[in-house]
Amino acid sequence: MSSPTSTPGGRKRGRNTNPPTPSSEDPTSPPSQRRRGQDSSTGDLMPMPTSPATDMLSPAAPQDTSLFSSPRPSVQPNEVDMSSPLMYGTPSSRVEGTPRSGVRGTPARQRPDLGSVRKAPQVDLHSEPPSTDGAVASEPNAGQRLVIWGTDVNVGTCKEKFQRFLQRFTDPNSTEDENAGLDLNEPLYMQKLEEISVVGDPVLNVNCRHVQSFDAELYRQLICYPQEVIPTFDMAVNELFFERFPDSILEYQIQVRPYNALKTRNMRSLNPEDIDQLITISGMVIRTSQLIPEMQEGFFQCQVCAYSTRVEVDRGRIAEPAVCRNCNNTHSLALVHNRSVFSDKQMIKVQESPEDMPAGQTPHTTVVYAHNDLVDKVQPGDRVNITGIYRAVPMRVNPRQNNVKSVYKTHIDAIHFRKTDEKRLHGLDEEAEQKLFTEDRVQTLKELAAKPDVYERLSSALAPSIYEHEDIKKGILLQLFGGTRKDFSQTGRGNFRAEVNILLCGDPGTSKSQLLQYVYNLVPRGQYTSGKGSSAVGLTAYVMKDPETRQLVLQTGALVLSDNGICCIDEFDKMSDNTRSVLHEVMEQQTLSIAKAGIICQLNARTAVLAAANPVESQWNPKKTTIENIQLPHTLLSRFDLIFLMLDPQDEAYDRRLAHHLVSLYYQSEEQMEEEFLDMAVLKDYIAYARTYISPRLSEEASQALIEAYVDMRKIGSGRGMVSAYPRQLESLIRLAEAHAKVRFSEKVESIDVEEAKRLHREALKQSATDPRTGFVDISILTTGMSATARKRKEEVAQALKKLIQAKGKTPAMKYQQLLDDLRGQSETAITKELFDEALRALADEDYLTVTGKTVRLLA
Amino acid sequence: MPSTQDWINDPLAVVEEMFAASQNNSNSGWETKAVEFFQDQLKERDTHTLVPSLNDVPLHYLKPNSLVKFRCLIQDMFDPEFYMGVYETVDPSTKTKVRMLRCGKYKDVTECGVDFNSRNTVTAERQTFYCVPIPGENPWVKEISSSCLTEARVVPSTSYAPSRQKRSYEEDDDMDTQPQKQREPHAGMKIPSEHHGNGDCKRQETEAPSSQTASASHLDLNFPLPGEKGPSCLVKVYEDWDRFKLNDTLEVYGILSVSPALSALADEKDASSSLLDPAESMETAEEQRVHSPPASLVPRLHMLHAKPLPHNNPLLPSAALEDNSAFLSSTLSEMASVREEILSYFTHVLLGDALAAEYLILHLISNVYSRRDVLPLGKFTLNLSGCPTVASYTERFYQIIQQLVPSSHYLAMSLQNMNQMRLVPKKDYVANRLVSGALQLARNTSLFLDETQLEQGQLDTTGVRNVTALGNLISWQKVDYDFNYHQMEFPCNINVLIASEGRSLLPSDCQIHLQPQVAPSHLEESLSSIHMHPQASSQLNKFRIYLSMARLLDYSISDEVTKSVEDDFVDMRKDDPQSISAEDLHRMLVVARLLSLSLGQTSLSRDSWLRAKHIEMLRRSRMEQHKCVNGNEP
Repeated sequence: MSSPTSTPGGRKRGRNTNPPTPSSEDPTSPPSQRRRGQDSSTGDLMPMPTSPATDMLSPAAPQDTSLFSSPRPSVQPNEVDMSSPLMYGTPSSRVEGTPRSGVRGTPARQRPDLGSVRKAPQVDLHSEPPSTDGAVASEPNAGQRLVIWGTDVNVGTCKEKFQRFLQRFTDPNSTEDENAGLDLNEPLYMQKLEEISVVGDPVLNVNCRHVQSFDAELYRQLICYPQEVIPTFDMAVNELFFERFPDSILEYQIQVRPYNALKTRNMRSLNPEDIDQLITISGMVIRTSQLIPEMQEGFFQCQVCAYSTRVEVDRGRIAEPAVCRNCNNTHSLALVHNRSVFSDKQMIKVQESPEDMPAGQTPHTTVVYAHNDLVDKVQPGDRVNITGIYRAVPMRVNPRQNNVKSVYKTHIDAIHFRKTDEKRLHGLDEEAEQKLFTEDRVQTLKELAAKPDVYERLSSALAPSIYEHEDIKKGILLQLFGGTRKDFSQTGRGNFRAEVNILLCGDPGTSKSQLLQYVYNLVPRGQYTSGKGSSAVGLTAYVMKDPETRQLVLQTGALVLSDNGICCIDEFDKMSDNTRSVLHEVMEQQTLSIAKAGIICQLNARTAVLAAANPVESQWNPKKTTIENIQLPHTLLSRFDLIFLMLDPQDEAYDRRLAHHLVSLYYQSEEQMEEEFLDMAVLKDYIAYARTYISPRLSEEASQALIEAYVDMRKIGSGRGMVSAYPRQLESLIRLAEAHAKVRFSEKVESIDVEEAKRLHREALKQSATDPRTGFVDISILTTGMSATARKRKEEVAQALKKLIQAKGKTPAMKYQQLLDDLRGQSETAITKELFDEALRALADEDYLTVTGKTVRLLA
Repeated sequence: MPSTQDWINDPLAVVEEMFAASQNNSNSGWETKAVEFFQDQLKERDTHTLVPSLNDVPLHYLKPNSLVKFRCLIQDMFDPEFYMGVYETVDPSTKTKVRMLRCGKYKDVTECGVDFNSRNTVTAERQTFYCVPIPGENPWVKEISSSCLTEARVVPSTSYAPSRQKRSYEEDDDMDTQPQKQREPHAGMKIPSEHHGNGDCKRQETEAPSSQTASASHLDLNFPLPGEKGPSCLVKVYEDWDRFKLNDTLEVYGILSVSPALSALADEKDASSSLLDPAESMETAEEQRVHSPPASLVPRLHMLHAKPLPHNNPLLPSAALEDNSAFLSSTLSEMASVREEILSYFTHVLLGDALAAEYLILHLISNVYSRRDVLPLGKFTLNLSGCPTVASYTERFYQIIQQLVPSSHYLAMSLQNMNQMRLVPKKDYVANRLVSGALQLARNTSLFLDETQLEQGQLDTTGVRNVTALGNLISWQKVDYDFNYHQMEFPCNINVLIASEGRSLLPSDCQIHLQPQVAPSHLEESLSSIHMHPQASSQLNKFRIYLSMARLLDYSISDEVTKSVEDDFVDMRKDDPQSISAEDLHRMLVVARLLSLSLGQTSLSRDSWLRAKHIEMLRRSRMEQHKCVNGNEP
């Protein structure tokens, strides 16, 4: 820049007015190497505001008055101040009175998130070169390409590019919830600007991925020089905004908040190269501090002549003026607190999410500073994605000590928070964003999926140390994948359950617990509880008083915590009835309603339940039915899609294979085992990928096959005059078929999926619902707790009883005991008291008679 | 090339020399060279014995900035820190432009006059581990390892080494240019601090166990087990910190840094900083205290080399067994005979019960050698039921075990203990550290649970949690550390021995009921005689070597034996399917493995398998007898 208008001699601090020439937009400075940590450059530079100070390129709007009425956060009204939106501009610049940043009089708000003032003097980002003298001449980048000192950012180009981005960028395939209600074919960010003009919240969130796909160079600059580029963006967006909506009134100028920078995903991978760059990390908030008012500008008043002066914070300190410039008294100035300028600041500690951690290490923590309106945006326990600038500050130099610790303190100045669990409220699958796969990985997974025996491979990779139980493993595999989530809330049925529930029941020592442990370790959101040790509140949620804040807080239990995961419940049979009853809601509606201590809410608990139970007599009694062996309420049993028995087959060939399996477990080396089976990590990724990206739909032939299967199932029962399959079973079949399609990475459920679902369902049923007396598969055992033959028998007794009563003629009342004796005398088979009672109840249901105490009365 | 004495006494000089040499030619990779140099020096025969050990030598005897070693367990991992790897100094006195490039590696404190604005500054990253001496390390281990080092102990003189610490002070004082003058203020400064070092500090260290409660108020050194002593250390790791895991046991060779400036910095911060910079005060006082404790109590150690310890038995060569074939073969041949001796000794200790003694040996040499997905293989938790409750038998029994294994811990499962003790480590977010618990133990530590101490009463929430944690430890060999918002699973490898009257309430791999061969009338008498049993130290050492060795041996099963084991299993099931399950086969395979190892055989033979089957049968028949006796059966 060779602007001859700059008259550095007149100004002390090297600030340069800019003539409204286009060239003046280009700041110049010798591009020197950027330094790590504190970028303290030549000390005679005053910190410049980093707020967007837009040039007066377009004539000021008529409503200059609004300037005075617009409230400015954290600024004491002050006559002098008001004339310039640059709250802490140097007096000299103020005198000049060029309202350079007053785009239509909207005050700019300082952005401590970009460069805290106590950081070294900023190289001016706006139109002025940082040091007027000589800077121009020393521009080595031959030609007129002028860049911000220390970077390769040319403000003009950068601004132009960003404006073009705003005006042109469209994202037709956007799935983000933020963009709901926007027309995807129109420029996305222009619509957002419109939104700002309506809502009046002057924050524009910009997805860095959009920037990247639009202009990779701009993106690179944004990542590498956020401190310089973001204010430029601010400038650009404000110009654009006020051009378009000249009449809108904002509290302060629009600030651009980029998010989703792809630089870093994991706290662990932060390293010195990331300092001063824009990064996005995910983690969990563990602690937040009180609000800290940070002084930006000290206001001093002379005690003698009441002359006032302002001093900016420079590197965390305020240099108290020793001499009053007005009356020349020494040490007469006092700080006036309530006229000083403060900004809000909060320290937030973020800890690595447990998923990101390598095994055997402890989680890392990082300090994050939130400024202004980002303060109190997050609470401890929140999972957040933070976009910000990574900083390293050397330990403070102590004036009394020459040795300093050679360690830097690091923190992140937050620019944008994105809560990851917030989205759960909207019902979106959060894993969609969380788990990113590298291309290679996706490729391997797809290759694996293309193999014809992928289903068998995966199921054998599941818990390889557990012997056989192929079908059970397949069932669990399907559970891990889950069905497709369907939403029928518009038609009034709410969500359909997509999760598959499984009950394992069997002899002790058949490695049920081991299987549960394995699943618990495999899934990211698994919970493991034991029925013996859990109470209803432990499973659902409880309200407790926070010891610190004395406020009631809701603590969530295992079922809520395993939302979107699997809740493994061991010793299901040992659970008290009370506790088990809470499962009813969870296992079908997938929600959890809580009404206690004044907190009434409904929590999502979209969890699949994998339960293990021992038979009542601890050993399976083959003479009894499943129901009698498990003794669980059938309402609960019918909510399990698959019920597997894990029984000891007591067969020699099986024993031999088992022995071989176990012995080899003990002597095979690790490598050998790995060769045989898929890696647990691959399995994990495979499942995560399928859950995230694959949502199969029923094809025509598959739905036909399902209908047939269902009709068949009902036919089996109807042959003997009873309904044996319920819609719940049909839903189970659909879920299983969908899960199987997911295993194949197929977007369509085809008939092979249905075949497998049918087979598995039958297999599980064959084991669990075989009527011991007839050998038939009888699903009504599960739904009524009574087998079909038992039901038939009951009916026969009832008929016999009716006949008996009718034979007695017109006696309005009979003795209970006598009737029982009579019936017993008449019947060939033994009639138990229970059977008799049931028969009476059946007749009462028909309104034929009533039973009161010990007498039986006929009706009508 | 620096002399041998140099690299121990002044390793920084070596580092700096290399650094200076590298300035002339860039990309010389001086850092790896420096590390290699120290590794080479240490590889040489017995040189590592010359290096004084922080475990044995009190801190004030050690020279600052000298090379020391430390046998420790990684208790906590702090956040990585960025430091000035290379920086430039300007002489503050002259203010001239005499610039010097300095190396910040392996140091906590910079030289004076750092130019923060220099463009030559290189920021580098290092990781800090909080290390404590191996928890539960038994006195005999300490004794023997420190006696090996007598020569090293002599080397450091009691006077403070000259070194750069002093020089830097001198440089600070601009006025002090004459040597004579210099000495005086120094003497004045040094004497009190030296007194401090020799007097108070010494007392504090040697009496750490008793004064723990008192000192805990101002500084809790966070030992996993109560009553531990010894220095804890902040180890700075410069490369490959990912290869270390929490609870690893290491021998760290590093440069000791006890610069008082570290403590001074911390003190001053407390006093004045909050006024100057609110941001600084956001690190809570606790966090300050934990992360930068006074160097006199928690020295810093800048790691040059670290050796993972497969065991901490000083009687065994520390190198891997394969490299020491002579030692291996000599002990292997002896193993069978030592086994006989130790068996008869244990039989005596266990009141004449030879079978229980057999199982005790198997338990003591068990080791989780592998994991199949979630299933730990090789663990062998023993429940010794039927322990006499008279004459504090269990405690005596523990004392005997303590004499034999390198590290162990006695946990009385009294109701009070279970309800109050912190077994599971918990993250303290205020101080930002992992508060240790009694289950944070190094691998192969023997945990002795004394259930005879349990009385009737109610377990509260903590109690239930503690019992669950013990149960998890036994069944899965893992501890779920409490991170408040979530739990994190850390695998462990701890030998748990439960002594109880009836069957234990905790799960176990194997339960054996003690059958004293002594008449009840003589019980008291024979109990009191147990401890009297004289044990020559050579004998004891033989036992110690035996137990540690057996654990380190490799093991395999040949195909033939596999076949016969399978056949056996099928036959057994044929006779009575109820009597033997997969679970039993699991156990028998472990027993057979341990039995072979205890005999010094590295592969399973038919004989050992039959013998394993036999003792299992004996044990089961004994259990059946007792089924009706104890009320803890389900």
